[in-house]
Amino acid sequence: MLPFTIEKVRSVEAAIAAASSGRRLIAGGTTLIDLMRDEVEQPQQLVDINALPLSEIRVDRSDLVIGALARMADVAAHPDVQRLHPMVAESLIEGASPQLRNMASIGGNLLQRVRCPYFRMLDAACNKRSPLSGCAALGGLNAGHAILGTSDHCVATHPSDVAVTLVALDATMRVVGPKGERTFLVEELFRLPGDTPHLEHTLLPGELIVEVRVPGGPVGRRGRYLKVRDRASYEFALVSAAAALDVADGVIRGARLAVGGVGTRPWRMRAVESALIGKVPDRKVFEAAARLALEGALPLSGNRYKLELLPRTIVRAFEMTGGIA
Amino acid sequence: MAVVPQVAAQSTSEGSPSAPTARVRLAVNGVRHELDLDTRQSLLDVLREDLGLTGTKKGCNQGACGACTILLNGRRVVSCLTLAAMHDGATVETIEGLEKNGELHPLQSAFVEHDGLQCGFCTPGQIMSAVGCIAEGHAGSPDDIRFWMSGNICRCGAYPGIVAAVADAAKRV
Ligand SMILES: Cc1cc2nc3c(=O)[nH]c(=O)nc-3n(C[C@H](O)[C@H](O)[C@H](O)COP(=O)(O)OP(=O)(O)OC[C@H]3O[C@@H](n4cnc5c(N)ncnc54)[C@H](O)[C@@H]3O)c2cc1C
Ligand code: SF4
Ligand code: FES
Ligand code: FES
Repeated sequence: MLPFTIEKVRSVEAAIAAASSGRRLIAGGTTLIDLMRDEVEQPQQLVDINALPLSEIRVDRSDLVIGALARMADVAAHPDVQRLHPMVAESLIEGASPQLRNMASIGGNLLQRVRCPYFRMLDAACNKRSPLSGCAALGGLNAGHAILGTSDHCVATHPSDVAVTLVALDATMRVVGPKGERTFLVEELFRLPGDTPHLEHTLLPGELIVEVRVPGGPVGRRGRYLKVRDRASYEFALVSAAAALDVADGVIRGARLAVGGVGTRPWRMRAVESALIGKVPDRKVFEAAARLALEGALPLSGNRYKLELLPRTIVRAFEMTGGIA
Repeated sequence: MAVVPQVAAQSTSEGSPSAPTARVRLAVNGVRHELDLDTRQSLLDVLREDLGLTGTKKGCNQGACGACTILLNGRRVVSCLTLAAMHDGATVETIEGLEKNGELHPLQSAFVEHDGLQCGFCTPGQIMSAVGCIAEGHAGSPDDIRFWMSGNICRCGAYPGIVAAVADAAKRV
């Protein structure tokens, strides 16, 4: 690890000022310290934001509002989260380990970095770590990589679980920066790699995530997060699906679907959602809709299995929502 | 408690004369310490190298194995992925602090009784994680225990004994 200074800030203004002058924010540190130790990240000045009053979890009208510094474990265990949006809790509990969830913040979770092994190997080609150096995953180990949203420059998946659920539920985020505050869809935080995979998100210099807002409503209450992985817990997703249905009089009125483990960002599946509206929920209907998920999918040498696993995961996730039980 | 600041301070892997330092006060197993630390030192390195508390183990140093689990302000965390400089004023409990007046903690006894270990390397982390797991109310059934203890890897595969020990201790604490 290279040397760095660290200071604690006690106001949002001070955090913005520090971030605007090029200092790096640190929350739980579970992404940043890990990467600094490998020297993939080399900030020289850290700003500890944990003393900021941003860890509240509250209900505002029917929306769920989660402070950026709320810890994954606390969000998952919160009664309002479990009541209004059980799939938010489920996707948090399915991620990382109890110890890490006690440390990791929601803001940091959204900005966590890829788990591509070459990203962490300083001597491997990786456009994300060193622009224009190439992409070792294209001709290397890529079983865990993406089939949607990839480019010749990068094929890494976004690893967050809860981000998938937040994208499915049209969650928004509020950020503040030197030029004031902005609110936008969580989905809009993530960039596609294109030919600039080192640029991962749309935050402007000096911007701080303040909170995430999940709209209330009937769809979320029945949602489920299904994560398929190499072992039963404590592993990143091969494929995951955040699925929710609003069924009235035996007919699907609303559907939400986003998937993880397959896209270079959390991937909303609007075509699948539309195909379900007005249908009577059953396995055949889910299977027909899930086929649309593969539109534009480009498998790599090692991840062709995802073409099969993705639709199956989607079908199972919709079955789990209770829409047909 | 073994406190060996002099020798240990020089042996830290990150020690270098020009590196930034931070003053950090920690209460570890009820004993207060005031330390001048290299900002790069993890809580794990401070426990092991500055305070001589080598019960807490360094396995992966990447947050993945759980061997370094401690209680930080009462919650279980992996001490390898947090900087000591971020925890001025914190309370830390490690495996060394569980035994009280020569009596093992119920979890320690349960690990012995149920053969919850083979080589023992993961055991301090398992036990500290189990303290957290039981306090959180996540030790109600063997399935619950398996899921909520999955942040602690045991390379010897002593899992059946670990689950039995945690289940047994959960009834006693
Ligand atoms: C072994 C292991 C397994 C894991 N498994 C999973 C998993 O299965 N699923 C999953 O989803 N995640 C998993 N994770 C990732 C983990 O969830 C993230 O590391 C964590 O959520 C990051 O949050 P943090 O608060 O620790 O972020 P930090 O490391 O503190 O920060 C991460 C980044 O976010 C920036 N940042 C933090 N807060 C803000 C803010 N408020 N505003 C602006 N910028 C900010 C920082 O500058 C930094 O760039 C795993 C991690 C480990 C180590
Ligand atoms: S997939 Fe992306 S992160 Fe992985 S080596 Fe290629 S450029 Fe780097
Ligand atoms: S040493 Fe900390 S989790 Fe492995
Ligand atoms: S007892 Fe050897 S690693 Fe668990």
